[in-house]
Amino acid sequence: MPPAPPTRRNALTGSRIRERRTVLGRKQSDLARAVGISASYLNLIEHNRRRIGGKLLVDIARELDVEPAALREGADATLYDSLQTAAQDRGPGFGPVPETDRIDELAGRFPGWTGLIAAQHKRIAGLEGLVDGLQDRLAHDPVLADTMHEVLSTVAAIRSTADILVGDPEIDPQWRARFHRNLHEEAERLSSSATAMLAHFEDPGGRSGPPSTPEESVEALFDAADHHFPEIEAGGADAIGPLLDGHDGMADAATRALAEDQLRRYAADATRLPLVDFVEAARAAEFAPEPLVALAGGDVALVLRRLAALPPGLGAPSFGLAICDAAGALIFRRRINAFSIPRFGAGCPLWPLYTALTRPMSAETTVLDLPTGAQFRAWAMCQPLGPPGFETQAVMQATMLLRPLEDTVPEGARPVGPGCALCPREACEARRVASVLG
Amino acid sequence: MGARVLLVEDEANILEAISFLLSRDGWEVHGHGNGGTALETIARLKPDVVVLDVMLPGRSGLDILRDLRADPATERLPVLMLTAKGQAKDRDMALALGANAYLTKPFSNAEMLETLRHVADPDGDPSSTGSTP
Repeated sequence: MPPAPPTRRNALTGSRIRERRTVLGRKQSDLARAVGISASYLNLIEHNRRRIGGKLLVDIARELDVEPAALREGADATLYDSLQTAAQDRGPGFGPVPETDRIDELAGRFPGWTGLIAAQHKRIAGLEGLVDGLQDRLAHDPVLADTMHEVLSTVAAIRSTADILVGDPEIDPQWRARFHRNLHEEAERLSSSATAMLAHFEDPGGRSGPPSTPEESVEALFDAADHHFPEIEAGGADAIGPLLDGHDGMADAATRALAEDQLRRYAADATRLPLVDFVEAARAAEFAPEPLVALAGGDVALVLRRLAALPPGLGAPSFGLAICDAAGALIFRRRINAFSIPRFGAGCPLWPLYTALTRPMSAETTVLDLPTGAQFRAWAMCQPLGPPGFETQAVMQATMLLRPLEDTVPEGARPVGPGCALCPREACEARRVASVLG
Repeated sequence: MGARVLLVEDEANILEAISFLLSRDGWEVHGHGNGGTALETIARLKPDVVVLDVMLPGRSGLDILRDLRADPATERLPVLMLTAKGQAKDRDMALALGANAYLTKPFSNAEMLETLRHVADPDGDPSSTGSTP
């Protein structure tokens, strides 16, 4: 019976023997004699046409002055995979195709260089990920896009003006003075723009500056009301129009439409869980969601939203709230101190908000441990927006309620961050892009 | 007097530097800083070529370009768009809407002169000045 075809890694044991023997300058016949086999049999082994193991492998390893494992396993598996990946990722324009069938040989002869190739490949992949993340942010963050436009316009003015001054030394003195003044103005403007851009990177969810998008304007409306609207609690959806009429920043059609959507849901929530009944039950439950689910007919997300909309003065804890769609895009947030929920881009993939998307209709609660040491109890639920139906695609949303923990728990908390770019947990397996933190 | 160019750009110092540059090159230069009234200015001045920034107060350069191409009187008017580096979608949109060329900020004066000459006269001598398109 012919020998079973060797596996990819085992198949290379013979090649490694041949490589090592060649490096040592020993003849095949000499090695064969030393371990008590014929040269032709060793030749078959070296060409991976015969399996080798046991005492013969140990003897050959001893003769070649290496550990048997070095011949059997070859290069470190991690290093092997890294080099394999580096070869696959090399992209066009990098010359000849790497000889991936000789990775073991390469790693055996040049362990330092191969380690460097693997490390460089990992670093390049990390940097490419960072660039992708920043490009994504530039494309989706209107504040950053505006600031970048300001910076580039200033640089364009400086470059054109400087080109003139350098390229035309005989320029009229009045024009020269004028362009010098312009350069001075633009330099000051550039300094200011660059500072603003850095400040935005340091505080991407910043509360400063006027709202510039419909989402920000609607968020400002909710923030100003402390996420509680007595008019709607008392008057239902009919109160939405007059409420928006009396609020600055709702003139834009897109902004008003978004605000009406959000407030209609608020009104529907208030109808389903009237404030008087809910406050009494919430107090009895010490503002924990679990005992309140039955009151809401099993609608967990409704309970989470109503807890985040309680009026001040009840002795309720501070609550944060985040709602995202099935694509992970944030569509509503109630911010809370010490837990940064980014306005644009994704947050931390380990937040229950996102893990809930993988387990629809299964409520979960856990303690979150932030890099700052702050801890929050989180409740999360992913459920469809409307009732189920035949031949209809359910639109799913995930909701996460956050409550700060005064007494932190020493064990069992889930380590999370504010999102990869601003998270110092370098070794996190969920890391998507490198951190911009030093 | 050379060919007439209208610069639609709201950054005063860019406008001043490019105006100076193009005037020296022999162009008859006019500047305009508001997107909302740019079409009226184009109709009144009847420029030979327009340099149009994307980000403008009042109305975006892309919207202005769309209207220029929809009007038989200006559908062939040469337009050089100014976009910002990193805003590839603006550049792609400008070309899709019919811009003759684009420059990304920051650009050099030599790039501006060369591109504008080519936009105004695609078959002309690239070293020629604004007095000859």
